[in-house]
Amino acid sequence: MMPFDPSALTLEMLVAALGLGVLILGLIVPHGSRHGLGWLSFFGLLGIMGVALSMWGDNRELLSGMYLLDNYALFWKITFMLSAALVILGCMRYVDSMGGQAEYYSMIIFATLGMMVMASAGDFITLYLGLELMTIAFIILVCFRKMEAKSVEAGMKYILLAGMSSAVLLYGLSLLYGLTGSVIILEVSRIIALQPVTPALVLAVVMLVAGLGFKISAVPFHMWTPDVYEGAPTPVTSFLAMGSKAASFAILLRLFIAGLPGIWENWTMVVAILAAVTIIFGNLVAIPQTNVKRLLAYSSIAQAGYILVGLVTATEAGIKGVMFYAFLYVFATVGAFTVATYFYHVTGSDELKDYAGLSQRSPLMAAVMLVAMLSMAGIPPLAGFVGKFYLFKTIVDGYLWLVFIGLIMSMVSVYYYLRVALVMYRDEPADPTPIKLPSPVAVTLIVAMVVTLVIGIYPGPLSEVVNEAAHTFFMH
Amino acid sequence: MEFPILLTILLAPVAAALILAFVPKEEHMLIKCVAAVGTFVSLALSLFAYFTYDKTVGGLQFVFGHNVTWIKDLGVTFFLAADGISLPMLLLTNLIGFSAVFASWNVNNRPREFFILLMLLITGVMGTFIAHDLFIFLLFYEVVVIPIYILVIIWGSSKRVTKEYAGMKLTIYLLIGSAFLLVGVIALFVKTTALAGTPDMSFTGLAQAAAQLSRFDQIWLFALMLFGFGSLVSMWPFHSWSPDGYAGAPTAVSMIHAGVLKKIGGYGLVKIAVYMLPVGASFWAPYMAVLGVCGVAYAALGALAQKDLKYIVGYSSVSHMGYVILAVACLDVIGLNGAVANMFAHGVMAALFFSMIGFIYEKTHTRWIPDLGGLARQTPRLAAGFMLAALASLGLPGLVSFIPEFTIFISSFHNYGGLAVIGIAGIIITALYVLRAGANTLFGPPRPEYDHLQDIRGPEMVPLVVLGTVLVVGGLLPSLLFDVINSSVVPLHAAISDALQIGGKF
Repeated sequence: MMPFDPSALTLEMLVAALGLGVLILGLIVPHGSRHGLGWLSFFGLLGIMGVALSMWGDNRELLSGMYLLDNYALFWKITFMLSAALVILGCMRYVDSMGGQAEYYSMIIFATLGMMVMASAGDFITLYLGLELMTIAFIILVCFRKMEAKSVEAGMKYILLAGMSSAVLLYGLSLLYGLTGSVIILEVSRIIALQPVTPALVLAVVMLVAGLGFKISAVPFHMWTPDVYEGAPTPVTSFLAMGSKAASFAILLRLFIAGLPGIWENWTMVVAILAAVTIIFGNLVAIPQTNVKRLLAYSSIAQAGYILVGLVTATEAGIKGVMFYAFLYVFATVGAFTVATYFYHVTGSDELKDYAGLSQRSPLMAAVMLVAMLSMAGIPPLAGFVGKFYLFKTIVDGYLWLVFIGLIMSMVSVYYYLRVALVMYRDEPADPTPIKLPSPVAVTLIVAMVVTLVIGIYPGPLSEVVNEAAHTFFMH
Repeated sequence: MEFPILLTILLAPVAAALILAFVPKEEHMLIKCVAAVGTFVSLALSLFAYFTYDKTVGGLQFVFGHNVTWIKDLGVTFFLAADGISLPMLLLTNLIGFSAVFASWNVNNRPREFFILLMLLITGVMGTFIAHDLFIFLLFYEVVVIPIYILVIIWGSSKRVTKEYAGMKLTIYLLIGSAFLLVGVIALFVKTTALAGTPDMSFTGLAQAAAQLSRFDQIWLFALMLFGFGSLVSMWPFHSWSPDGYAGAPTAVSMIHAGVLKKIGGYGLVKIAVYMLPVGASFWAPYMAVLGVCGVAYAALGALAQKDLKYIVGYSSVSHMGYVILAVACLDVIGLNGAVANMFAHGVMAALFFSMIGFIYEKTHTRWIPDLGGLARQTPRLAAGFMLAALASLGLPGLVSFIPEFTIFISSFHNYGGLAVIGIAGIIITALYVLRAGANTLFGPPRPEYDHLQDIRGPEMVPLVVLGTVLVVGGLLPSLLFDVINSSVVPLHAAISDALQIGGKF
């Protein structure tokens, strides 16, 4: 057995140190200068991302497979840190008005840490540890506006349902342990391959699907999503929509494709149906929404359905599709939710009708909202189109019906996205005062928009990187 | 290195849009001039490209970026090229784009946003015609959807249908069509990659690999593409967006939409669907011919019943596109020549028609024929433009649309006999409704309420001069058009008939 090399955990240790540092500094510095904590967290995460980039290509197993270091995990970690950094950059003004900066930023950083542990988890215990770290941080974040009934209600719902889904997942994991006598994913896969499919195994898989289905809010496990997304502070919603979802996809792939390879092939039809139902439901229910956050919540359910498409084939191409889509989804989500955050900060409203004339009050906000939404809808030349191309090309042979459903529903989604465009562009504003954007918000918006456009027009480089990352998935 | 003429043509309007973003929004005149200059550069360069295209060699010319790897694992290259089929379309886009700027000279409500969107729209349309890579083609294909939607909902008119309805109908029809097209493209790509071993998204590469597809695959893939491109070219029965959409859209959008955007559908049918899937095409050709003839007859009768000028032209454009479908269905050299030439001719004519109707509406605030009359007395230049477009619409010899229609009749009669007779009969109805519309709008006793009207003048004359010149010159010298088209249709047809012979069809 190889000696344990602590330098392999550099990233996780740095992030933990950053989180603790922000928390402690919050106690020391006076009230007036606490907004600097946001900048500290932002630049701290950027710096750690720089370290992460230097670890590219370092592929190994630690502690006989308990912790996996590979490009696959590293790509996810960079995605999580990037989304955390962008969320922090876009919401500093909002957090200043809410108070409690130190706790807020450190919770975001700890949630990120949880996600990073999930990405590298090679056994059930590590996986569960990361998952809980993330979930508990999110519970605190969701009810951060503790004086508002909606936020507290969202927190209650999230704590109950997250707890329940964790329990279900744990049942599934312990059943698997009981069947195989191992918690290490790679070993489990070796042992299971030799066993016949028993009812207990089927039950375990069902529980895993249900438990993780909650996290990615796939229909029919999506019930909590709209209420929690609406009630939570908007930046938290955006981090929940991209970070938590992406991390859950990272372990979904590991658990099912690496951990249950033989079994998974019997399940692809179930996943295909799950994806189809999620896409259809999310898009259809989004149509009548009048609250922008709820609309985005339902659209994010639909987006989860699209990403599920990549799991159907359980091949490298499918994994690549999932990672590519998750990455660009981060930028679309950051764009749309940062607009919503700042709009709420200025007007105190999330209602669609109040977005009237936004294009005249702030052309940048309106443009970013439009670009972000159309990227989610998959309209070229925005990034979402390429992402959908990669996802759907994997299932043409065998699941052509799902390609039809996915693409037709994404055109249906244009209908409700364009309703937002209609309000923003056609209507005259009730209050024509221009909205002045502070520079961090403007930078966040411009980054989100430019990246979405650039990936859409010239996806070559990102696609190469994702190829390298997906390639290491099957190396262990 | 050679001067990248196609790239410059493509990027000139983008550059104009970027400059516009920094022009103060009160400087209306400056905004319009920047837009005019941007489109003029593209127009001048595409005229240059058109006339320097080497017809004796034919095939792809002005090639740019065929070795620039764009997405490696999809085999995408940034391949721009023009041949005798795309050049007339490119020229048409720029003729109409340039005229559309002047037809919108009187837009004074948020002009900066208007012209930025117009520039993006023109860029998207041009991109589809010069892309020689299917992925790049798709990138441009839907770029146009969003500018059009915003242009319609802000600057459109709500005379008979609300502009919101019109905008949404245009958008949803096109997107649902393109969803099916996209399924077809993805499936084609996956299947050809499996056959060829390496991914290649260029038109040529796909066509070569697709030749090995099974007959069944060719047939269902062609059906998807026919649906996608067919709904864009307003093939009956997927045409109903066309009259409503044009009625709600502002003049410039109607011009570009009817003039060139629709033609992307016809262009895609010829250069993508038929070229890559000839076996599928020969299976569906008889059905296409029936749909084409239905479109001709149905839309012509529909136009006969309309009293709104934009609806008449809207239905008439559906009817003319029916001829294009019929011509493509012939799958021979004469038919394909006629299809491409007719798209060019109809584009010029429809754009002129819509710009004149736009001016009539701007000045009289109505498009309702019973409220109009005798305008020839008060606005003679406007009337001249209107009549020129009307006569071109009915295929008067000496104007650009006569020879293309004649070509189509020859080919369709040869291939489909009786069916073609119905199609040809459509021309009688066309004559009936355009002449009646012209007579009731322009002639008869002048109405006193229109005595104060100013005739078109200054910048407003540009659409009439530019498009009118093309109508006449193209009519007198049809070889200018046909020689270029023919130089690329002949090799295309040779490729199709080779594939069909291997497929054991003939």
